[in-house]
Amino acid sequence: MIKLITKEFRSVLKLDLNQTLRTKGFWIYSILFGGFIAFLFVSGITETQIIGFVGLGRLMVTFMQVCMVIIPIYVLITVVRSIVGDKENNVMEYMLSLPVSFSDFFWGKFVAKFIVIYIPLFVSLLLAVIWGAISNLDIPWNMFFLYSALLAAMVFCFLGIGMLISVYARSQDFAVSFAFVIWLILVAFIDLLLMGILLKFRVDPQWVIGIGMLNPLQVFRVGVLVLFDPKLTVMGPAAYFILDTVSRSAFIVFSILYPISIGLLFAWWGNRRFNNKDVI
Amino acid sequence: MIDVDKQLVRAEHLTKSFNGVEVLKKITFNFNEGDRIALIGQNGAGKTTLIRCILGQYVFNGSLEVLEKNPRTDRVNILKEVGFVPQIPPPLKLTVRELLKFYSTLSNTSADEYIDIAESLGLKIKESFKKPFLALSGGMKQKLLVSFALGKKPTILIMDEPSANLDPAAREIFFDYLGKYNKEALLLLSSHRMDEIKNLVNRVIEMDFGNIVVDKKFSDIPFV
Repeated sequence: MIKLITKEFRSVLKLDLNQTLRTKGFWIYSILFGGFIAFLFVSGITETQIIGFVGLGRLMVTFMQVCMVIIPIYVLITVVRSIVGDKENNVMEYMLSLPVSFSDFFWGKFVAKFIVIYIPLFVSLLLAVIWGAISNLDIPWNMFFLYSALLAAMVFCFLGIGMLISVYARSQDFAVSFAFVIWLILVAFIDLLLMGILLKFRVDPQWVIGIGMLNPLQVFRVGVLVLFDPKLTVMGPAAYFILDTVSRSAFIVFSILYPISIGLLFAWWGNRRFNNKDVI
Repeated sequence: MIDVDKQLVRAEHLTKSFNGVEVLKKITFNFNEGDRIALIGQNGAGKTTLIRCILGQYVFNGSLEVLEKNPRTDRVNILKEVGFVPQIPPPLKLTVRELLKFYSTLSNTSADEYIDIAESLGLKIKESFKKPFLALSGGMKQKLLVSFALGKKPTILIMDEPSANLDPAAREIFFDYLGKYNKEALLLLSSHRMDEIKNLVNRVIEMDFGNIVVDKKFSDIPFV
């Protein structure tokens, strides 16, 4: 970790942050999520109750469900183009003619991407809390902290996967297509396909749960609902089985550490490849 | 004092392949202190691949040492001593000020020194501070990159078609700079315009299909 914080790492990080802050895409993304929170408040969602979710908690759950749909594919599509894009447009040739190690370049970009993707999400959640406080709503702090951590873990996870794809890809088109396929597979392996497997092949439910636990999207989905009483109709079968099998506190720890581990593993793999192969 | 026997770049049977196709074919050469080399050859001859190997951007077979170090494993230390101007300026969204700061932080040369060189090349850099590098004209980009490469005062200066986008006045000043540049340094100029650089170089290396087909002192080249 000490090696990461070099002058070169900081320079690349700052450079990438500055470049991203100058893009319209970043501001559209930030305003979209901040605006979504505002829209939820204005639409009166905190005054409704559906299957036990109420108040600011209901708003946060809705926000997290939207994040689950949008964030993974957004992170992948954004990140997979970074390394391969720099290769294609000659940025890499010039930047890596400067005395910056491959690892500083890779991790500098990684951390910069994490910041610009995660901070708008965190600020949106914070905005919800502030708005809730002003509106005299009860603030579910446990949800706020859990969801902040879950979002960070999910962004980290898909960032790692995206960086690995970007290092291996020969073109941006291939990288984006491959990322989309990965996302489709992960989406398919949430409850729907898991139950299909369970029914068709009479697989032991423990195996199905095991597969579900490997899917970071499924882990995120269950993590979002973990603070509530497990109800089959709300959670879906795999999530219900998972929470019926493992303890709530164990799953909270798992739902944060597992995606971070996945992200770290894939990013480490990507960095290793980046260091050992042609960089252009 | 120039030590003409001091080898700054040394290659033995240097080979680079892409998908099984050899782009550099077991080439052997030494680039010495004080060498001012014109690297010529048609497109696809292997010039850019050779430059990228020296910069540590490609893995290769055979042996290659730059400043007596391996360009892959000791890349950062080597690149502190190398200045590079690419043929195609990168489309950076950074402002000129940010790029200047970035470059000066990494090179331990003050921003003022780069500014002085840029202005002498005719680039009103302070007026362009807030502009994205991407938005500069081709000539302005080239002048800025040349300023960075020269201002760093490198031991090895590598330039890939550096004057392609420069206007005649800037080109003249640029060649004047190169002519006066540290005589102990190694200058590697990849260019299609031999007439332009003939007064700057003392050695010509011609590449063809991954081989070095000519490696002579400039004065020994018959067409001069």
